[in-house]
Amino acid sequence: MSIRAEDIRFSYGDHDVLKGVSFEAQPGEFLSVLGPNGVGKSTLFRCLLGLLKPSAGRTLIDGRDTAQMSAAEMAHRIAYIPQSHAPVFNYTVEDMVLMGTTAGLGRFSSPGRAQRKLVGEVMEWLGIKDLADSGYQNISGGQRQMVLIARALAQQARILIMDEPSSSLDLGNRIRVMKTVKRLTGEGYTVIQSTHDPDQAFFYSDRILAMKDGQVLACGPAKDIVKDTIISELYGAEVEVYSLREDTVRVTLPAETHGHSKEE
Amino acid sequence: MKTNGKVRRLGPVIAVLAALLVIAVFVSFLLGRYPISIGQAFGILADGLLNKLGLPGRVDVTWTGTQASLLLNHRLPRILLACLVGCCLSTAGAAYQGVFQNPMAAPDILGASSGAAFGAALAILLHLGSAMVVVMAFCGSMLTVLLVIYTGNHLRGKKAVGLILAGIMIGSLVSSGTSFIKLVADPENELPAITYWLMGSLNGTKPSDVLFALIPMVIGCVPLFLLRWRVNVLTMGDDECRTMGVNASRLRVTVILLATLITAASVSVSGTIGWIGLVIPHFSRRLVGNNYKKLMPVTMLFGALFLLLVDDVSRNLFTTEIPIGILTSVIGVPFFLYLISGEGDRL
Repeated sequence: MSIRAEDIRFSYGDHDVLKGVSFEAQPGEFLSVLGPNGVGKSTLFRCLLGLLKPSAGRTLIDGRDTAQMSAAEMAHRIAYIPQSHAPVFNYTVEDMVLMGTTAGLGRFSSPGRAQRKLVGEVMEWLGIKDLADSGYQNISGGQRQMVLIARALAQQARILIMDEPSSSLDLGNRIRVMKTVKRLTGEGYTVIQSTHDPDQAFFYSDRILAMKDGQVLACGPAKDIVKDTIISELYGAEVEVYSLREDTVRVTLPAETHGHSKEE
Repeated sequence: MKTNGKVRRLGPVIAVLAALLVIAVFVSFLLGRYPISIGQAFGILADGLLNKLGLPGRVDVTWTGTQASLLLNHRLPRILLACLVGCCLSTAGAAYQGVFQNPMAAPDILGASSGAAFGAALAILLHLGSAMVVVMAFCGSMLTVLLVIYTGNHLRGKKAVGLILAGIMIGSLVSSGTSFIKLVADPENELPAITYWLMGSLNGTKPSDVLFALIPMVIGCVPLFLLRWRVNVLTMGDDECRTMGVNASRLRVTVILLATLITAASVSVSGTIGWIGLVIPHFSRRLVGNNYKKLMPVTMLFGALFLLLVDDVSRNLFTTEIPIGILTSVIGVPFFLYLISGEGDRL
């Protein structure tokens, strides 16, 4: 499924958070949203997910305006994967993933055999089947993130919105989670993530949306965005971007690092 | 692997609880100062049932009229009501805990008990009669919670927090109203009646009380039971709930109204019975885990069983009956301390 945001605007009171944001993401595409804290990344996501009603503009999924969709219709198309969190009650991992199937159930129904089978397949695919009976509170942050991805897949939505999926994880888990995300885009899922890390965004994503002051500063292929000029302007700090491994990796460093100078 | 999410099978737990409940009900028929044997109890019940069905005289009468009247008009309604009130208060507690994502939530979190107390105290003060005490308690309870929901929805910030704050404030306002009624009540007869009501008791339960409470209890419990899976999703927070296709605010209000209905029906016939709505859901969580699909049926059965047993103690331990509200606190508090001091699963 493709998603298209057209001139989305949003204000809290008289503070304009989003001042007209437009972008598009195609099936199989991994789009990263970069920008400083408080730039409106979360607000944008909340608008896309239908949690906030934008004051102007609209979101189209496969050409259909999401404002016309019910919560269940939305859930079948677009799923939210929050940062790994700790809910108040300790559910089993399987129960957590089963919650994703709720939109497809009748109001008074609970998940049955068909849903458990689907959830089993999803967990198998993600390699977390053996966690099924563990308590969600008793597993690691990386495992929780995988469970939340599983929940979104059980929801059978094709567009996944991820809120800083790797920021609270250690290196090993970060790599595992991002590898999984790449597998998903390979399967045709559309993935949109927010991140604070330009290098991570460059390494994994196809395109990058750079946001500043509630507007789109730049949007395009990752190699056109992760550059000295754009990143410096985006974060309001002088940075230099180095290229490694035949430009498959870029490293962003402060412009005047101690004891080093740019070799060019 | 340590499985703290709890995956114990539901079937055996339900079967054991149901069997214990049936046994407890029959034992309760026999308990009391006036002796009735097992044979007599079965005979009276069978005869009573057949009479209702228009088939009188099919059972040999081995009992006296006093025994029959005692069993059918006093013990039977009281046993039924203990089960119903126990079931409803526990169910309401579990529902509120989910809705407010707060393991410390109890049925009186939105002022249902304070409202009922005010209504009952007012009815006693005005000498409206025992039937009106029940009706006024029910109305007081419902009105208080509706006022809390209305106020809470107009507060800024998170809806769930707003509701809890409104519940604390309005509950305390209503309680001072009750205190005022106690102040102006006649200390010879009205004040003791009010105080006794506030302690909570199933003493003097009439068949009409059971009928009055039964209707709202069924109207509340059946949909709560059916909606139980969705309560899980609601505990994930409003945003996640909504993105999983469930309208969080509508579900929350629905569950709150249903839980309040059964709480109001319970406290209006039994007075304030504390702790059960907190302790039973937590004990049930220990038994089958936090998934409401399993938690709800276990909480319902366990609540009924628990209050029935406590009421048996309350009416048989001493010659003077101990109000059940006092007993549930005496049993509930240490029990709860034991639960929260246990290893592993945090609250």
